[in-house]
Amino acid sequence: MTATLPARPDAAPRPVPWRRMIGITWRQHRGATAGVAAVLGLLAVWLWINGTSLHNTYTAALACHPASSAVCQNLISNTFSTSASSRFMSNKGPGGVLLQLLPALIGAFVGAPVLARELESGTFRYAWTQGFGRWRWALAKLVLLGGMLAAATAAFGAVVSWYYQPLFSTGDQAAGLYQSTPLDTLFALREVTFPAWTLAAFTIAALAGMLIRRVVPAIVATFAIYAPLAIATGAVLREHYLTPLTTHSLTPPGTGWIIGQWWTKDGRFAFSGPPTANLFQYCSSDTSGAVVKGGGGTTETVPQCLAKAGYTMWTSYQPASRFWPFQLIEGGWLLASSALLIATTVWLVHRRAA
Amino acid sequence: MNVVEASGLGKRYGRTWALRDCTLEVPAGRVTALVGPNGAGKTTLLNLAVGLSAPSAGAVTVLGGTRAGSPAALDGIAFVAQDTPLYTTLSVANMIYVTRGLNRRFDQPYAMARLDELGIPLKRKTGKLSGGQQAQLALTLALARRPRLLVLDEPVAALDPVARHDFMATVLAAATTEGVSVLLSSHVLTELERVASYLILLARGRVRLTGEVTSLLASHGQASMEDLAMAYLRESTPEVTR
Repeated sequence: MTATLPARPDAAPRPVPWRRMIGITWRQHRGATAGVAAVLGLLAVWLWINGTSLHNTYTAALACHPASSAVCQNLISNTFSTSASSRFMSNKGPGGVLLQLLPALIGAFVGAPVLARELESGTFRYAWTQGFGRWRWALAKLVLLGGMLAAATAAFGAVVSWYYQPLFSTGDQAAGLYQSTPLDTLFALREVTFPAWTLAAFTIAALAGMLIRRVVPAIVATFAIYAPLAIATGAVLREHYLTPLTTHSLTPPGTGWIIGQWWTKDGRFAFSGPPTANLFQYCSSDTSGAVVKGGGGTTETVPQCLAKAGYTMWTSYQPASRFWPFQLIEGGWLLASSALLIATTVWLVHRRAA
Repeated sequence: MNVVEASGLGKRYGRTWALRDCTLEVPAGRVTALVGPNGAGKTTLLNLAVGLSAPSAGAVTVLGGTRAGSPAALDGIAFVAQDTPLYTTLSVANMIYVTRGLNRRFDQPYAMARLDELGIPLKRKTGKLSGGQQAQLALTLALARRPRLLVLDEPVAALDPVARHDFMATVLAAATTEGVSVLLSSHVLTELERVASYLILLARGRVRLTGEVTSLLASHGQASMEDLAMAYLRESTPEVTR
């Protein structure tokens, strides 16, 4: 045991290199990492197997001649509704719901123990008294684990996008890109948003673990914060990312995300939603109201009839071309929030008085 | 040089002072025993010295004027906390890997030789080791960091007499052959007798007595450290002798 030590400690010893935390984080969080890899891997394989058959069915439908015939059109539109797997994976199927929960599950189960486990078991008294330094230790762990989660979920988001590709290519944007029902939108499960939401859940869980100091309550707290945030984003926030376009065409773009519709007459707001009973009666010759009879034996729709009567229909919408800008906006604010949460957590580790 | 210096140091949890008005110096190159009944403030004082917590009043410096918890302090002080916390799901080898990675210095050959001597298998999970082995592993990891100051919080409280003896032998060897300063707390006085040459007596959050063990025994006419401590703790006078 021969050690030559300086008579006095260095005023500022050279910090222990950051890269050492890679091996340390890996050894300590092998279980969580393997769990995430297993869950995402199994789901990806499932999507790949079923997606291949789905893609084949769709390709066959596309090859149908003549394409404009009713038979062929039916074949295409039924691609998603006929196969059992696609029904399972539809927005409202069990698979779709599971996908919605994935970011919160992964983020909470990986993020909550990072600090809470140390505080719960007392090992923070070991970790925070090593030469590496406690705030650097916390920052390195959160960045490494967050980066690992982001990479894994981005890859999985690409598989999800590939699986739903036939649906998107039919131009059914309402089902694929935007969805007015916040609970079952696919928007949050794509290449950018999926990792961003997972990262958000992870950083919420890490901070909750630091504050609550126990793993299970921290996981519960993460769900309690994450769920309202995700629902509010889908229901309220997302449609405001960019100012919606408005059109007074009677046939607004079918691929867009319709935000609102209203009618004006003589430059003044008339009504939104269904027409008043009087107007409806004026335009409708039968009680069903679907197709109405105008003058001269031609059929016309209620909107066409209203237009003839001097009303203008306005539609505000987000065009489908804004899909990627919207992905980046949502990814951007989630990433900024995650960075802020990590900074707060690291600051608390630095400041914490045991 | 003093390895720990406290002046007017206090720590309050809510409205209770766990440690109050603590002014003391822990000399370098010694084994210093921090003695006192449960709840005396021993752990609080040690946590402040290793930078785990921040003082509510006063100040504490370590290793000759370095701020407790600063990079230089963390680099030079190894701390073995109460109940020797280890990552129980990691193997002994991985625990060594983690400790080596988290520190600038790590004497791997020393750690390996010690564990071999102790018969602690490298592949076993630390959670599967006996209490004595866990304590020895934690101590080995701390000493392999080649610290200038080794801080031990109730290191032997949970150990049986044999493990206690072995543990203290390791501590004493490090102190005598390498000149590591040691500060250890305990409410069990018997095993401190052989190793400690400097004593700090805490009771109810205050320093009651500090000084060289031999001169304290002589001046107080007591035969052993235990007698000395008992005599002092029985007295209710809150006088501080320095």
